[in-house]
Amino acid sequence: MADQTLPIHGALDLTPPRESQHTLLDILHDWVITVDHKKLGLMYMMMAIFFLLVAGAEAICIRIQLAVPNNHFISPQTFNRLFTMHGTTMVFLVGMPLVFAWANYIVPLQIGARDMAFPRLNAFSFWLTFLGGIFLYYSFIGGPGLYGTGSAPDVTWWAYAPLTAKAFSPGHATDYWALALIVTGFGTIGGGINIMATVLSMRCKGMTLMRMPLFTWLMFVNGAFVLIVITPLTAAQVMLLIDRYLGGHFFDTQAGGSATVWMHFFWIFGHPEVYVLVFPAFAIASEVIQVFSRKAIFGYPAMVAAVVGIAFVSLGVWAHHMFTIGMTSAGNAFFVLSTSLVGIPTGIKIFNWLATMWGGKIRFATPMLFCTAFLFQFLCAGLTGIMLSVAPWDWQLHSSYFVIAHFHYVLVGAIVFNVFAGIYYWFPKATGRMMSETLGKWHFWLFFIGFHVTFDTMHFVGFEGMPRWIYTYPADRGWQHLNLVVSIGGVIQAIAVLLFAYNLIWSLFKGKIAGNDPWDAWTLEWATSSPPPIYNFATDPVVRSRRPLWDLKHPEDPDWKYD
Amino acid sequence: MSAIPLVPASYEQEWHLPSKGRVGMYGLIIAESAIFTIFVVAYVYYIGKSLYGPTPQQVLDVPIFNTICLLSSSVTIWLSERAIERGNMRGFGLWWAVTITLGTIFLVGTGMEWYKLIYHDGLTIRTNLFGTTFYSLVGLHATHVVIGLIMLGLTLIFTLTGHVRQEHSERVQVLALYWHFVDAVWVVVFTVVYIVGR
Amino acid sequence: MLPKWLRVERIVRLAFAFALALSSHALAEGPQTNTHILSPVSTPATQIYQLSLFIIEITGAIFVVVAGLLTFVIIRFRERSGDDQSEPAQVYGSNQVELAWTVIPVLIVVVLFLTTARVIFAIQDAPMPQAALEVTSVGHQFWWEYRYPKQGLVGQDFVAVNELHVPLSSADHPTPTYIKLLSADVVHSFWVPQLMGKIDLIPNHPNDMWIDPLQPGIYLGQCAQFCGVQHANMLLRVYVDSPERFAAWAANQARPAVQDPSVAAGRHVFETQACMNCHVVRGTVATGRFGPDLTHLASRDTLASGMIPNTRDNLRAWIKNPDAFKPGCLMPAMQLTDEQIDQVTNYLETLK
Ligand code: HEA
Ligand code: HEA
Ligand code: HEC
Ligand code: CUA
Ligand SMILES: [Cu+2]
Repeated sequence: MADQTLPIHGALDLTPPRESQHTLLDILHDWVITVDHKKLGLMYMMMAIFFLLVAGAEAICIRIQLAVPNNHFISPQTFNRLFTMHGTTMVFLVGMPLVFAWANYIVPLQIGARDMAFPRLNAFSFWLTFLGGIFLYYSFIGGPGLYGTGSAPDVTWWAYAPLTAKAFSPGHATDYWALALIVTGFGTIGGGINIMATVLSMRCKGMTLMRMPLFTWLMFVNGAFVLIVITPLTAAQVMLLIDRYLGGHFFDTQAGGSATVWMHFFWIFGHPEVYVLVFPAFAIASEVIQVFSRKAIFGYPAMVAAVVGIAFVSLGVWAHHMFTIGMTSAGNAFFVLSTSLVGIPTGIKIFNWLATMWGGKIRFATPMLFCTAFLFQFLCAGLTGIMLSVAPWDWQLHSSYFVIAHFHYVLVGAIVFNVFAGIYYWFPKATGRMMSETLGKWHFWLFFIGFHVTFDTMHFVGFEGMPRWIYTYPADRGWQHLNLVVSIGGVIQAIAVLLFAYNLIWSLFKGKIAGNDPWDAWTLEWATSSPPPIYNFATDPVVRSRRPLWDLKHPEDPDWKYD
Repeated sequence: MSAIPLVPASYEQEWHLPSKGRVGMYGLIIAESAIFTIFVVAYVYYIGKSLYGPTPQQVLDVPIFNTICLLSSSVTIWLSERAIERGNMRGFGLWWAVTITLGTIFLVGTGMEWYKLIYHDGLTIRTNLFGTTFYSLVGLHATHVVIGLIMLGLTLIFTLTGHVRQEHSERVQVLALYWHFVDAVWVVVFTVVYIVGR
Repeated sequence: MLPKWLRVERIVRLAFAFALALSSHALAEGPQTNTHILSPVSTPATQIYQLSLFIIEITGAIFVVVAGLLTFVIIRFRERSGDDQSEPAQVYGSNQVELAWTVIPVLIVVVLFLTTARVIFAIQDAPMPQAALEVTSVGHQFWWEYRYPKQGLVGQDFVAVNELHVPLSSADHPTPTYIKLLSADVVHSFWVPQLMGKIDLIPNHPNDMWIDPLQPGIYLGQCAQFCGVQHANMLLRVYVDSPERFAAWAANQARPAVQDPSVAAGRHVFETQACMNCHVVRGTVATGRFGPDLTHLASRDTLASGMIPNTRDNLRAWIKNPDAFKPGCLMPAMQLTDEQIDQVTNYLETLK
């Protein structure tokens, strides 16, 4: 059944592709100069996976150091650099590229377009992001600068003032950090504009806004959202550099500048940023759950409204990261309210996914396994988020390992899990081959176990009062046993991730040939060949319902009849 | 296996999509507005928080003439947009050039103001919080004027060499949108720096 | 009402006892203190604790319901072998159901917010009683300074370092301590979990918090905002003493440094080397403000903000090379000769 789907009429151009000499240099050249959205999408993806390995390796070093009390595996300076680089890398060089990887590869295909609205801007954005990554890691080499002190930033990813002032952070490491984020920031703005314009102006005939796949909807909201989310950070970084290079006083507490202003600016960016990171995970869930439950999404309009609602509300909750800075009681109360309000639209999403699965016939292939785990973990993470949003309790929990547990539950348990789901799901489209299911199942269970061993335990470490950012801890606090467990979990995750990397490469060459539509899905990307030709669709598709491929496959019972 | 046309061959209703140039420019404007908002908030927050002088009251003059020039350039660019829409390329070039001139006058004015502040009043970006926020905010705006002028200038060169024709009016309007934005930001900057902050 | 064994408070206590059993130290040390956030011994910490139990109840209930539904769906609606491959019935939405799962969370949020707001106001806006002790805490990279102004039990103002002493409070005679939080350099955070949540010490931005410890003991905590290389070793010790002991301690701290002629050589070294540029020894020429006040160094249990026990050997090793204990801390190794170090150590040992 699955393989019988036919390409949309005329979707394929049958003229043979130009014979090219496939020397390595040719291929490389091809990728470097490309403006094709699919190649750029894959490049974003490869960049993200590469940095996931790097930052993951950093996390493993952190965990080795913390496995036992009074450890001397790495020096305090190195430890501080490692978690700063780990956090910064994961957020800006893994999370953000992933947003654009998905948006680039999938969105034009799903809306029946041939490319993004501005292909060259698209390539430019990618290379800016990449350059940002180079800047950040160059700090290991160039960081000491003329002062000969330090290397790689060690100021946490919050980079609170005035620790980042020249007086407290000499050398160039902090500058590379700021510069890297400005540069990736511009890449992000370019990418956001592109997604927005693509979705608004490149849809094929009949693809009205209310017929767009939810994946595209989420990416669209995200594209517009990053424009107001990432820019405050850019502005704040410019101020930081003005302080450091031109002798400005924005965050110079000696000259009347304010440390809290940086906190506000950072979190005005930082909070919405976490939703920017999680939207792709929602997007993937919205596709995978439908297809593997064999049911169209439950409550489509509510799902769209919920995303917009989350984006909107999340602009007004930033100070829940700042409950301990001594705001007025009214201020604290306000941010408690606004923060817990986010739970409502998020709840709607969870319930609608559940309702979609309800009454379906759920096929637990690897993508769906990851997605189901995502649902469970996101629920837990959201509830610990609610605990954190209770200001008085946050006075206890803030900066403790409970917070670390909360956000890894979302960042790993939701985002990374769903990124894996998405890769297993769309790999056949991008390469023409299926990923190995056996390895996939192994990968899933190992990662699932490793994840829970690591991050479930972390909550209790937090309850025991262990703060974050500490390179060592005394033995008399009683934290050692749980920390050892956490570290073991980290190693299990590492094995799982390596297994995944192996699966990727193995499947690329040896995987089962996939065909155009291996999952029997409903959105337009499955209507073209795998991998899609450079122009995606030879003739522009025309769409009459939310499930264009369903209509194609079931002419006797098309969705549009019920509109 | 040949493909069977299962899709309704044509889509009956009209299919309108917004212009991607405009959408893109609006996106850029949204992003830029957010950047400016942060700088404006910083400016407002730090009003009167400098530990030492000079204060805005002592050294700032209200740049009325400058402001008139910049704001009227919004009108002239609108006139040239109208001209190109109607195919009046001479009118277009003329108004376009006037716009550039007005923008340049504004920049020169800002330069003179800064010269006076730096060499006469001794206010630099490192003097105090006022200096830091003032040069950053006004400088950020001036940077945008410079970028705008470069774009406008390039367009003028293309016009003079005859490369700009009526069918480019859409693109010209997109560019003009940016210029309008730069002007609108000045209204905010002007209010904050020269009226509220003085 | 739930049966008794199912109450959250009980479960939390059990889990907590379990965690305690895991942490070897708690049983070893004299007074039973720890760093857990679920074993409060002062009013604000207790209020937080009770609020947290309520929140655990609510979120726990949500978890049970939603995770239960999820489990049910996974088991009930998974594809079975021998399936007829037909499409399941499609349901596109339902206004009633969707309304329900919007309205119920709204109600939950309202309840959550109201209870939370009450606790926020109760803790933050509590009026300061007359008998309260006021202390100013100043965060430094990487140690703590405590300024005691003249008041109640404190006969004379003085500065103490790293070990905060406060009087025991009791329900009938509340003598809470109000701590004003300042910073000399970067942002730090004051966190002793059993006494109160953390509040940051921010330059140019004075904060305050209050505690009223209800049991004597030594309470541990540490700086909770990353403040540089040695953030991890910016430890906190709060000594909760009976009012008499506290008054005695304060009286001793208020005195200028002991002048013992037998260690004049050490004192000479201290006052001729750079030590005096960074350290205060009250009653002598040493008036530096960059490092901790050493006037009563020998009366402290620990060195280097709670990091190492204050023994002769440690003190000597510290002066020889602080980096050996606290790499990256802001006190340099002074390159003294062994003899000089011995002399200085002798001198410092007399500063009771
Ligand atoms: C993808 C990332 C992501 C997501 C989605 C979230 C989601 C949420 N987060 Fe989290 N958070 C982070 C990433 C994320 N967070 C990161 C990275 C940090 C720390 C950064 C750092 O310090 O370095 C952080 C820190 C953080 C803090 C600060 C802690 C501190 O430092 O003191 C707080 C406090 O309020 C918080 C709250 C929340 C809340 C309320 C949600 C909500 O959106 C959750 C909503 C979901 C649910 C509530 C569950 C489903 C809903 C229902 C089943 C309906 C019924 C429920 C109710 C009515 C309550 N988060
Ligand atoms: C997307 C975001 C993301 C992800 C996926 C992760 C993943 C992980 N994180 Fe991270 N983390 C953050 C974002 C993220 N983190 C942020 C924002 C912070 C805050 C930083 C700050 O405070 O400044 C943080 C902080 C943080 C800390 C606290 C540090 C501290 O405060 O002292 C810890 C400690 O355990 C930790 C652990 C882990 C672990 C074990 C994983 C694991 O899940 C990792 C699993 C992956 C791997 C293990 C990779 C496996 C591959 C290899 C090992 C092979 C290597 C090969 C080559 C390099 C070729 N993280
Ligand atoms: C550049 C300034 C500087 C100089 C010079 C200096 N110190 Fe220190 N000293 C410090 C700082 C800062 C600390 C706090 C270190 C920490 O805990 O992070 C400290 C801590 C100490 C402590 C521990 C105090 C405590 O209560 O924990 C002792 C003892 C001490 N110094 C003795 C000396 C002696 C003796 C000398 C001279 C030989 C000296 N110091 C010279 C800055 C200095
Ligand atoms: Cu002080 Cu961390
Ligand atoms: Cu947040």
